[in-house]
This record gives sequence, structure tokens and C-alpha cells, in this order.
Amino acid sequence: MISALWVMIGISLLLGAVLGYSAIKFKVEGNPLVEKIDAVLPQTQCGQCGYPGCKPYAEAIAKGEIGINKCPPGGEEGIQKLADLLGVEFQPFGEGAGPKGKAVAFIDEQTCIGCTLCIQACPVDAIAGAAKQMHTIIASECTGCELCLPPCPVDCITMESIEENITNWKWRHPVIIPIKAVA
Amino acid sequence: MSEYLLILVGTVFVNNIVMVKILGLCPFMGVSRKLETAIGMGAATTFVLTLGSGASYLIQHYLLGPELAYLTTLSFIVVIAGIVQFTEMAIKKTSPDLYQVLGIYLPLITTNCAVLGIPLLNVQAKHDFMQSLLFGFGGAVGFTLVMVLFAGIRERLEGADVPGIFKGTAIAMVTAGLMSLSFMGFSGLVK
Amino acid sequence: MRTLFAFHGGVHPPTHKEESTRTPIAQTPLPSKLVIPLSQHVGNRAVPIVQVGERVLKGQKIGRPEGKLSSAVHASTSGTVTAIDMQLVAHHSGLPDLCVTIVPDGKDEWIAHRGVDISQTSHSDLRHLLRKAGVVGLGGAVFPSDLKTDAHHHKIKSLVINGAECEPYITCDDMLMRERATDIVRGANLLRELLHAEEVLIGIEDNKPEAIAAMHLAVEQDKHDKMEVLSVPTMYPSGGAKQLIRILTGIEVAAGVRSTEMGVQCFNVATAYTAWRALAHGEPLLSRIVTVTGNVTDAQNFDVLIGTPLEELVALAGSKPDTDRHIMGGPMMGVDLPAGTIGITKATNCIIESSPKLFPPQPPALPCIRCTRCADVCPAELQPQDLYWFAKSNNFGKTEEFHLFDCIECGACAYVCPSNIPLVQYYRYAKSEIHERERDKKAADLARERHEYRQLRIERDKQEKAEKLAQKEREAAAKAAQAAATPVATPDDTQQKLIEEALARAKAQAAAAHPQNTETLTPEQSAEIAAIEARRAKIREMAADAGADDEPPKSH
Repeated sequence: MISALWVMIGISLLLGAVLGYSAIKFKVEGNPLVEKIDAVLPQTQCGQCGYPGCKPYAEAIAKGEIGINKCPPGGEEGIQKLADLLGVEFQPFGEGAGPKGKAVAFIDEQTCIGCTLCIQACPVDAIAGAAKQMHTIIASECTGCELCLPPCPVDCITMESIEENITNWKWRHPVIIPIKAVA
Repeated sequence: MSEYLLILVGTVFVNNIVMVKILGLCPFMGVSRKLETAIGMGAATTFVLTLGSGASYLIQHYLLGPELAYLTTLSFIVVIAGIVQFTEMAIKKTSPDLYQVLGIYLPLITTNCAVLGIPLLNVQAKHDFMQSLLFGFGGAVGFTLVMVLFAGIRERLEGADVPGIFKGTAIAMVTAGLMSLSFMGFSGLVK
Repeated sequence: MRTLFAFHGGVHPPTHKEESTRTPIAQTPLPSKLVIPLSQHVGNRAVPIVQVGERVLKGQKIGRPEGKLSSAVHASTSGTVTAIDMQLVAHHSGLPDLCVTIVPDGKDEWIAHRGVDISQTSHSDLRHLLRKAGVVGLGGAVFPSDLKTDAHHHKIKSLVINGAECEPYITCDDMLMRERATDIVRGANLLRELLHAEEVLIGIEDNKPEAIAAMHLAVEQDKHDKMEVLSVPTMYPSGGAKQLIRILTGIEVAAGVRSTEMGVQCFNVATAYTAWRALAHGEPLLSRIVTVTGNVTDAQNFDVLIGTPLEELVALAGSKPDTDRHIMGGPMMGVDLPAGTIGITKATNCIIESSPKLFPPQPPALPCIRCTRCADVCPAELQPQDLYWFAKSNNFGKTEEFHLFDCIECGACAYVCPSNIPLVQYYRYAKSEIHERERDKKAADLARERHEYRQLRIERDKQEKAEKLAQKEREAAAKAAQAAATPVATPDDTQQKLIEEALARAKAQAAAAHPQNTETLTPEQSAEIAAIEARRAKIREMAADAGADDEPPKSH
């Protein structure tokens, strides 16, 4: 009986020592997971997830504080990618939290009073302008996060959806068209 | 020498741990969605199993002996858990990518019945040290083999026109059953 | 006798070329209007430089190239610009694009133009002229030729001139070679000089004996050495640039590799012809040969002004009433045109009038039975059945692993598919999805970078502010201490001292700001600077010469 105890204690002590040593030896600084999650996120910096930007959301996911379905701009595909990355089940968007179409902000330059509030709100510096000067959106840099809408005191910013045109047109999943000639 | 070869061929094909002994089904179904995950899991299991078989032989033979045989299962679990923990830490340090891919399945090796089953089968079959090692290694190679095969099939199953109620895990189970049947073809290869 | 190579696979669809080769190339009368798209080439759309109501002359530039990868667009005849707006164009999407509409005045009045002495003109100037003349690849890819004639310091051994024209029904290159071989050959020689290529190989499929004979004659008459006309076996798609390069030189060009890196470049015969006309005669690309065939009474080739409305062109060939669709290009790779109003573009080599009898609707696609006939015929040696499988299940990573981007979309796989699966559509779908993901990824990376920089800036500003505040506090404290220590110093003194200090600082700053690296120069350095200045002046002059054409790109 005593020998059984000794055996188990011995095994436990030995394993404990090995694991303790390797915990020090193989210590990893930081969490590489955050970078990977951040790479999947769409970087709109819109804050719809409840975190101030994509990186903080990535950190929260890595810690397991929040679900992977809180990023509407990433779409369902984004959730799927996160699910694959983290090895968890796909979670659908909550009620009414789905993705919207792509859009860019547009400033009505007649109404703008040049208050610079939107410039301070823009997370990617996509608004050009100065105090008491008319502002304008640099459309190519705008992520469509809508963060500039609430601060505007004269409501001169609107979201314009990006229409399909000849440069951004995509092939659809196939429809059948005849390509075979009859001899 | 030929005896060792027979053990290898026997464990990889004839008595395949997953397909014939029906052990280790949890990672077999869980980590076989993607080919690279399956390969990573196979490699980790191979490492753990080979090490675990050797360690468990030593414990069984030198520490426990016949009088403490009732401690076999208990001590094996402790040892395997320790080895898995060690592997996890080592992989996290040396290959963060593989660590990422294996994710939560790495700790699951601890509760993987194949990993505990093989050392216990070793005891049952009264293998010596070398035979135990080879048995463990062969079993793990067999495990990796079917993991890779199954992952390859599942990747293609994604595009298959499967009836609605069979989609996902259901068709995967059917496929696993068919694979198991095909592995029966190896029986009789080694006497 | 040169040994020819073979590419893998290929198919033999019925050629249907005889119908449109019975009569010579016909000149079209002036159409009632011209609808000229500003995006007729690979790359950025040209920017319109005319106004509505403006009178333009034949050959006048109406769209200037924007950015490096772009080309100019010209008025094909004299007349009045009546609209610059979005109109339907020849594109798979069926979406409108910016077009210039010109109503001809019937005078067909040329703008002043003349050719250049090619041997006396520098290569960079010649390339610039090609760009100004709007010369693009006329084989269908419409890639700006000025960029293709730059070998990027690679040694070019073979220049391949593509006269294979492998797709059924199309005969525009065939007729061009029969009738205008001399100019083609001279154009080929010109392209060879631009590329410093050793030899010119003209590949023509052996079902065009007249064209081969005409080209032979032209080469002999002009006494070009190291220029060979080679007859290649008829096999679709031997007219694909990569396939013809493979047949004539044995070189395989992988996806994402410039053929110049492999020491070979390929141009279509019509491109060679147009390049010659542009440089030797100063004629920009205003017209091209178009085959009109299919469900028509008189299938033939026309010399068509760019922008001619499709309806007016097909009426000339006698389009039959049961025509239900117009196909631009061949039956294998062609585009369904969305309307009869669209203008003929530089890419339009052929119009096939289609009727349900001629091209019956495709029977519904059946499941893939993995017969791998598609793999047998694939000229790029891909596994089309696997590509299809993965594209269908949106597994785009796998499609790339299976070399989707080596696919030339020739349609040979779909042609032989016993299950009638529209394979090429699946590949195009996968390709455009992958491209979109890449675009999104780039946009996300840019947004991340900008966001991080912004945060860095905010943080830095905060720190600087805090530092300044601390500095002020320290100074105030020091002053207070000083004031306490030396209460005798008169206020006049300290002020005087402060002013003196400030003056000294200003002087030091002025000295520091003055550039000091141009003062002590060796004579060689001075000479070098003078040479650089001279070069700059010349470039400025050239830019002014080119007119609005080379405005500096807009800063972003």
C-alpha cells in the first residue's frame, strides 16, 4: 500500500519538476494569436464590436472575452475565417447585426461649416480639411465605418453605397450559357 | 528484425488503431477538416505516442511490476498527461504555426483513447521495450495515415452534392465507415 | 527546317472560316454615329479631353492615357462630339462605361499627321509615339503595346508574331495577312528593333495557305533576314500567346512570369500592322478588321472604324431576322454583347450573329463524372475537374494551389465536357473572387497602417504636450529660484540678455538651414550637376511636346 503511494508521489514529483522546468525554458512572450486574428479582421476600425478598433477586438477574442460574431464589416466569411483559425464553431450574427453593403462617407460641401469634429473622429485620417475650411473625404482611404456621422453638428455627412461598375464587377457563381457550336 | 517489421506493418495497416480497433475517433472526426491540420495532429500524436509507449513500458516494468498492476491505468494517464503538456509547451515555443493549427486538439490528446489504449495493449501483449516503442510508433503512423486520407476525402466532400440531411458530420461518418470496411481488406496480410 | 514543339491537349472544333474568306476586306461607309468607349485597353480608362459640342478631326485625340498602364483614344472620323456619357459597352458584365459619341460630318477630314523616320528616332520616343497613337494588342488582350515593346533589359531571342488565329469563325487576321502582308512584315521588323530581338518567328496555322504564301512573299520581297514564316498545325488553342510561344520556341511561360524574362515576346499580326501604320504613317489606331459571320447572308471582313455601332455593321453583312444574340470574338471565348447600340472597339476581332439554330441553348449541366477528358485537352496541363470541384465549393485557396491562374480560359475543357458543365465560368468566378479578396486585403492593410500611424501620432502629440508642460514648469521653478537667489538683477538686464540670446539662436539656425553641400565641389561634380540639369530640361521639353498627354499623375 505504502509502496503504491510512493510510486504515485514519485511520478507526480518527477513530472512536476520536468513541466515546471520546461515552463520556464519554453516561455513565450506575447500572444501571436492576436496578430493572426487582427489579420483576418477587415480593419474598418468602426467600433461596432464594442472595442475601440480592430486590434483591441482581436485581443479580446484571443483572451476569449467575446464571441467571433461581433464584426459586421467582416461578413459571414469573416466569422468563418475566425472560426477556422480558432478551431471553434461558426456563430451567426445576432438579430439585426448583419453586414451592410460597402459604402464611403460623403461630405455635403455646401453645408459643411469646417468644425473639424469629423476629422478627429476618423480612425484612418481619411478626411482632409482644417478649421473653418471645408472638409472632404478621401474616398480611396475611407473604410465606411460611419464614425464621422454622429459628431457632425450640421449632419452634412452621408454614406454613399458603392455601386457595381465595370471595374469592381465580379463574375457570379456560374449560370449556363451555350459555348458549344453545332458542327 | 522481421518481427519488428511485422509489428510495424501490422499496426499501420492490419490492426489500424482507428479503422480496425476503433480507437481515437475524437480527433479523427474533429481535426480532419483540413489536410494541414490532420498532418499536424498526426505528427503531434506520433511524438506523444512513441514517447508515451516507451515511458509507460519503463513504468510498468521497473516501477509497478506485478504487485502494483492495479496502478497501471492511473499512472499511465498521469504520465501521458505530463508528456502532452510538455509537447504543448515545446510546440508553442518552437512552432507557433503548428500550435495555432492544433489549437484545442492538442490538450485533447490527453484524453485520446488511442494514446492510452496503445500502452495498455502493450502491457496486455507483454511486449518488450523495443516492441512497445515500435507498437506505439506504428499505431501513431497508422493514425496519421487515416487522418490524412480522411482529411483529403473530406476536403473534396465539401464540394460534393450531398443530400441535405447527410451534409456535414453525417456524410463524414458514412465515409469513415466505408474507409473502415476497406481497411478490413488488409486482414490476413500478417499472420 | 525548324523543329516545332507541341503543347499538351487542344481540340479541333469545326473551323467555319471559309464563309468569311470568299470576298476581300470591304470598306464600311461612314456610320450615322460613333460610340467610342474610353476604356478599350487593359489598365486605366483614358480621360476625355474634348467637350460636348466640340468639332473633332479624324485622328484627333479625344482621350488621354491616365497613368502608366493606359492608352490614348482617338476620333475615328471628323464630326461633332454630341455626348460624353455612360453607355453600354462590350464587356462580360453588361454594365455601362464612359463613352464619347461623335456624329460624323461626312467630310472624313484628317488632322495633320505624318510618320517619323524610324531609324533616326530613339526607341523611347518610338514607344511614346505608340502610346500616343493608342496602339494596343489587337489579338484580344488589348494590352498597351508601348509597354510590351520594352524588354526591361532582358535579352530577347525570339519575337513571335501571332497569325495562328485558332478560334473558329474568325478570319480577320487571315484576310489582313493576305491583303496587307508587306506592312505586317515591316511592323514585325520594327517591333524586333524595339525589342532588340534576334529573330522573328511568324506562326500561322496551316489552314491558311493563302496567308502563309502572302507572308512568305512579303518577307522575301523586303529581304528581312532571320525572319521566318512558319506553318503550325491547326489545333485550338495554338493562337494563345503562351501556346504559340511553346510551339515555335519550346519555351513555357508560367503564370505571373513576363515572357520577356524567358527571352521571348509575342505580338499579334494586326498589332504589328497597326504599329507600322502608326509610326511610319502617323496614323493612330482608328479602325480595325472585323469578321462578321454566323447567321448572316454575306459573311465577310470589314475595315471598321472604332466606335461604329454594332447594328449598322451587321446590317452590312445582311444579318438574318432570326438572330437572337451577337457574340463578340469566337464561339469558344466570345462575349455576349448586351445591345445592338454598342460601338466596335479595338478588341472586336469578330462578330458572330447567333441564332438558336446555329448555337442551340446549352443543355442543363449534369454532375461531373470525373472522366478527365478536360484534363486531356487542357493546353495549360491543369486538372480542370479539380479546379471545377474547388471553385464550385468556394475553396479558393485550393484552386490557387491547383494553379488556377495558369488557366487561359480557352474553353477547351468546357467544349469536351460530356456533362455540359460551364467550366470556364467557374474558373472566372473563382479568379474574380480571389482578386476581390486581394483587393480587400490590401485595403485592410492600408487602413491598419493608417490607423496605427494615427494612434502613434496622437500618442506622440500627447507626449510632446506633456513634455512642454513639464519644461515650462521646470523653467518657472528655475526662474523663481533664480529670482529668489539674485534679487538685484534689473529687469532691463534680463530682457537685454534674452534678446541677445534669441538673435544668436536665429543666426545659428540660418547658418544651419543654408545648404552646405553645393559650395565646395570638385569640377567633376559640377559637370555632373550641369548634365543632370540639362537632362531635366530636355524631359520638361518632351513633356510639353506631348501636350496634355503626360500631365503629372494626380497626387493622392
